[in-house]
Amino acid sequence: MIFDYNVIIDSLPLYFGGVLVTIKLLLISLALGLAMAIPLGLMRVSKAVWLNFPAWLYTYVIRGTPMLVQLFLIYYGLAQFESVRESALWPYLSNATFCACLAFAINTSAYTAEILAGSLKATPHGEIEAAKAMGMSRFKLYKRILLPSALRRALPQYSNEVIMMLHTTSLASIVTLIDITGAARTVSSQYYLPFEAFITAGVFYLCLTFILVRLFKRAELRWLAYMAPRKS
Amino acid sequence: MLNGYGSTILDGAWLTLVLALTSMAVATFLGLVGAAFRLSPIKWLAFLGETYATVVRGIPDLVLILLIFYGGQDMVNRLAPMFGYEDYIDINPFMAGVFTMGFIFGAYLSETFRGAFMAIPKGQSEAGMAYGMSSAKVFFRILVPQMIRFAIPGFTNNWLVLTKATALISVVGLQDMMFKAKSAADATREPFTFYLAVAGLYLVLTSVSLLALRFLEKRYSVGTKAADL
Repeated sequence: MIFDYNVIIDSLPLYFGGVLVTIKLLLISLALGLAMAIPLGLMRVSKAVWLNFPAWLYTYVIRGTPMLVQLFLIYYGLAQFESVRESALWPYLSNATFCACLAFAINTSAYTAEILAGSLKATPHGEIEAAKAMGMSRFKLYKRILLPSALRRALPQYSNEVIMMLHTTSLASIVTLIDITGAARTVSSQYYLPFEAFITAGVFYLCLTFILVRLFKRAELRWLAYMAPRKS
Repeated sequence: MLNGYGSTILDGAWLTLVLALTSMAVATFLGLVGAAFRLSPIKWLAFLGETYATVVRGIPDLVLILLIFYGGQDMVNRLAPMFGYEDYIDINPFMAGVFTMGFIFGAYLSETFRGAFMAIPKGQSEAGMAYGMSSAKVFFRILVPQMIRFAIPGFTNNWLVLTKATALISVVGLQDMMFKAKSAADATREPFTFYLAVAGLYLVLTSVSLLALRFLEKRYSVGTKAADL
């Protein structure tokens, strides 16, 4: 037999531990990223240059450089500075999980901000006019009209971003974390069975991807029901 | 410049560029084949294309790189003795990188091309047929030139993602600019400087690509009018 799967079955607990780490990384970075993306997205649609330009620059630079470079800049790069090593933040910034989450969150915030800005810009003009005619203040207009509908309409694109993020979390294995890929790398180097080890990791990711696609389909049915094609 | 590591990193940048361009060529080829399979009326071909696109797009690039690079090498060496070949086969990292990136992004491009072919109005190919063109002629003369126009935005996107993803190949030891930066960072203990320099180079690469592809988009959109809202 050319394949050896006994080793893989023995190391399944390691993989399941990896699944938990992957999910943890994904949820933390998505939550942080979304929290950063909403103000950034609002800045990106602003007509004021001093608000729009910094947000544009941020998303341009983040989207124009590889995730791996960003991760290395934060995890390895910051240690170069004496002031960082002596600051109160150092216990966090020398922690691989913290750095990975931070780097992923920064990355996804830039992509999500652009998705959100696109979605905000696509708001039908009449809705805004109607809100203004009702005498809503700008704040109320954003809170009640623009954001709820833009966030909903961003859902299909955001689901792509979430899946991309799931895949991005695999980079955490490069900074020593034992996520699914990290587990596979451990198995691969321990038993020298790279093919079986990484195929197994691939299957795990494929399952997670399918689950996410399903969840987002559900979410779209719930929140985008009004945009679904009419059933004949 | 950069403690004397500037030229090494520029060498790496050149390798990154060559790697990205070669992989994109492979990916474009695989993407076209994949799209043709997925649009094919022959069921098992369509299924094959669909499986390729779904599986590759469902697995992280890094895992596929590690799988093809280490796993592929391992498989080749496990299979070779069965064909009576006993020496250890060492795969060239550049070729492995090109093949891996091409294989991954071929799946993403097959999606782009499939959408682009489907965006062409049916009347176009019907008109070609009515003129008595063979189906190959219809494909190359009518469909492909129009498909390019629809495919450019997706193509641009994939090219940018691919360029950035080449950084991952450094993990398996190809000496691209990321790898060079890592060695320089380890040697000088100035990681921030070198990774920032590399980030700048990637940014230049993506910015130039954006400009070039915008020009191409204009070129291929001659004769169409954007919706004027």
